[in-house]
Amino acid sequence: MGDRLELINISKSFGKVKALQDINFQLGQNEVVGLLGDNGAGKSTMIKIMTGYYRPTAGQVLFGGKQIDNLTVPKARLMGVETVYQERALAELLTLWRNIFLGRELKNRWGFLDVKKMKAETHRLMTQSMGFTSEAVTPNSKVGKFSGGERQGVAIVRALYFDADIIVLDEPTMGLSLNETEKLLNFVREIKLAGKSAVFIDHNIYHVYSVSDRIVVVDRGKIAGEFLTKDISLETLMEKMIHVAETGTLDLPLS
Amino acid sequence: MTSKTNEISVDATQAYKDSFNFVNFVRSYGTQLGILGVFFGMWIFFIIMAPNTFLSSNIYYSFMSTIPFFAMMAMPLTVLVIAGEMDLSFPSIMAMGTVTFLLTYNEVSNVWLAFAAALVTGLFIGWLNGIIVVKFGIPSLVATIGTQFFWRGAVLVLSEGHSGTLVYTKETFLRPLLVGKIGDVFPMQMLWLILIAIGSWVLLNRHRFGAHMYLIGDNANSAELMGVNTGRVRIQGFMLVGLIAAFAGIVASLHVTFFWPSQGEGYLLKTLASIFLGGTSVFGGVGTILGSFVGAFMIGAIEAATVAIGWTGFLTQLIYGLIIVLSVIMHTYLGKRLG
Repeated sequence: MGDRLELINISKSFGKVKALQDINFQLGQNEVVGLLGDNGAGKSTMIKIMTGYYRPTAGQVLFGGKQIDNLTVPKARLMGVETVYQERALAELLTLWRNIFLGRELKNRWGFLDVKKMKAETHRLMTQSMGFTSEAVTPNSKVGKFSGGERQGVAIVRALYFDADIIVLDEPTMGLSLNETEKLLNFVREIKLAGKSAVFIDHNIYHVYSVSDRIVVVDRGKIAGEFLTKDISLETLMEKMIHVAETGTLDLPLS
Repeated sequence: MTSKTNEISVDATQAYKDSFNFVNFVRSYGTQLGILGVFFGMWIFFIIMAPNTFLSSNIYYSFMSTIPFFAMMAMPLTVLVIAGEMDLSFPSIMAMGTVTFLLTYNEVSNVWLAFAAALVTGLFIGWLNGIIVVKFGIPSLVATIGTQFFWRGAVLVLSEGHSGTLVYTKETFLRPLLVGKIGDVFPMQMLWLILIAIGSWVLLNRHRFGAHMYLIGDNANSAELMGVNTGRVRIQGFMLVGLIAAFAGIVASLHVTFFWPSQGEGYLLKTLASIFLGGTSVFGGVGTILGSFVGAFMIGAIEAATVAIGWTGFLTQLIYGLIIVLSVIMHTYLGKRLG
């Protein structure tokens, strides 16, 4: 088996704006890849193509070496992609159990929901994986009352529940406390230990550096370059990131 | 944690039950409890003020006979409003359904075919509303103001402004099926309302369709990220309103065996008032079928009650306004407090 996920010559335009141009990207088996780049560099567009949310203007998406045409969110899920979005992707007015099963409710062939099982599974996940111990939180609690870390826990558990092979994390540390951030980074390490793959986007270079096997730098809709984390020091990476933001190239003049 | 999460442990699955906890119960059902409280308060007030009327069964049979005409439409419309959409064209759809019924009957002389044609018309107009909103991105409030005029115009053109009799339906089984009386007292339209309410509740709370309607109303962006086809689901919501509006139009017309081209016009605000009185949020994501059901009966009862109490009928609208505004304030307050 080849790479878990591959983007080949992907371009994406919104009207006249070219968000991505000729992107080539691979995610290997049991690999954590960090995506770094400035605001508007195209990181989010890239992952939205991987998760089937955007359709590319040109290029192909491959899973396990197999080309998948007209990728949609449900199709990407079937290929084992799960996404942890920033906390805003939860439905605040809805209950915890509804949030865990957003968009893929447990249902019979007629579309009727298995509410009992969804609540029971939510309760099990809450106690086993999310670490909710308070009596006040039940599967019927509304997510709007949760803290940033608790919400991120919901988003992560949701991604894991469906046994994904590829976990995509879109700025997952946004709005988290230091403690919660550390938990999140540990979670990414656990993905790796469990033999799965992940794509990790974050503004914080230190976070990306500390959990990724490989770092891909995106700039102005193109891949500017990539490094294996073991080959580069955090200091050099930081220098390079500042340089790329200024010049659009990774090659430092003096180094 | 990563390796275990997808193993569905049967023990844990069976072990969990919603254990009863008063605080959590109030938190979950605060808005329903609130509207029921207002409902019973109002009821007791009516009984005290006009005991002769409100302690006799006649008034309740009368309510069950007239309230379902608009309460029916409040049910699917609640589902649509929960998704953050609005449909103001349902009164015109009612009339369009009946016009279709009349025209089809004139052609084929079969009430069942005419009835089916009316329902198909309702579905079609609902679908068209949905297409305008979803495919052209027009806010539904604006789009359905337009279609409301358009279909009312179509009704006037098709009927040439004339009213029409439906007396011939008296000889068919369709009329007793829709507006007959069980045991000479219980109106069939009340039974239909209950069936539509149960059906809407099941769709909203026990079906993927309702789960997606709640999600779209709460966070449409998230719904799309999670792979929900938000366009298709919303179009289905509009179709449901169209279907039930056409149905309600036929029921209301058969009740009086007569059709007026202005049919449904008086129901617009009553239906909307029922929904908002019942605690459904105009911003979407929040609302219940029970609330709208109770709301409809409150709206329907106020008019009769003002007369029975001996107040001037002019007070009706004033009391409507008062109850609606106070209830909406209550719902907003409860929503913030209970979360």
